[in-house]
Amino acid sequence: MYPDLSVALAIALAAIVTYGLRIGGLLLADRLPDSGPFKRFMDALPGTILVSLVAPGIIQAGIWGMVATVLVILTAIKSKNAFFAMLVGMIVVAASRALAGG
Amino acid sequence: MSESVRRGFIANLPVAASVGAYGSVLGVLAAQKGLGWLALALMNVSVFAGSAQFVMVEMWETPLPIFEITMAVMVINLRYLLIGASLRPLFIGKSLGHKFARMHLVTDENWAVTMAEYRRCGTDTGFLLGGGLCVITAWNAGTLIGHRLGAFVTHPEAFALDFAFVAVFTALAASLFEGKRDILPWLVAAATAIATELFFPGKWYIITGGMAGALVAMLTQPEREVAHVS
Repeated sequence: MYPDLSVALAIALAAIVTYGLRIGGLLLADRLPDSGPFKRFMDALPGTILVSLVAPGIIQAGIWGMVATVLVILTAIKSKNAFFAMLVGMIVVAASRALAGG
Repeated sequence: MSESVRRGFIANLPVAASVGAYGSVLGVLAAQKGLGWLALALMNVSVFAGSAQFVMVEMWETPLPIFEITMAVMVINLRYLLIGASLRPLFIGKSLGHKFARMHLVTDENWAVTMAEYRRCGTDTGFLLGGGLCVITAWNAGTLIGHRLGAFVTHPEAFALDFAFVAVFTALAASLFEGKRDILPWLVAAATAIATELFFPGKWYIITGGMAGALVAMLTQPEREVAHVS
């Protein structure tokens, strides 16, 4: 795909939104509550977003995908290394396919 | 000033290694999705947010769902509001131009390293900038090398590349888990996301699941200090 108008637009909008949040947080620092419902909502958001990102994919990934997901979670908690945990999951899925296709 | 930039750069080298590693996976996925090298480089320097870029690449198809992508990026990056707000003590007395120039290179990684340094012995915005320069260098190197390699991968399923997205974000989620208080919000998020994905086309499940889970946390969780005691 060559860079065309829609590619440039998608990237530009993502960049503007992201920069707006970065600078907005700093400039509005006095007005953003540091306790209460809004803070609890914002604190919970990173975790719930990540869970929502993966939940449908885990369901669709089949039995080995689910096994790999459990191993990713355990590895991430034990090793504290998210990249290593990701590799473990990918190796499990790749190995299961190699054996099945064998 | 340049001395603290240098120290910030060096302090971020360990996290930059993992940033580069993640980046290489994103680069391979981007190549598989037909996202060009130049477009990826442009995205790296203008958006410069790892999780959001993974989701953008995941959503990359023809025609581009531009509105959906923008909304997803906004929700995923909402946390930057709090990250930006938390940096206020570093920027006290700085000009507006200084603030505008420094905030672009703020990521989860150099923010965390800078806040740790700030609590330990105090630091300045040069340290933050140095870290940002380190992270953006590693991010570009990783993603663009990965993109070149990705062009040679003809059977992405054999390397489980289609599972990389799930694996990356499952690992990141697991590292954010803080115990019992997260269980109910996370279950609600998962259930809402799965249900939305069944009934609505596209990636709206990211937004509905994330919002529903965070709302449950807002309504049911005690304040953080109280949670610490229990």
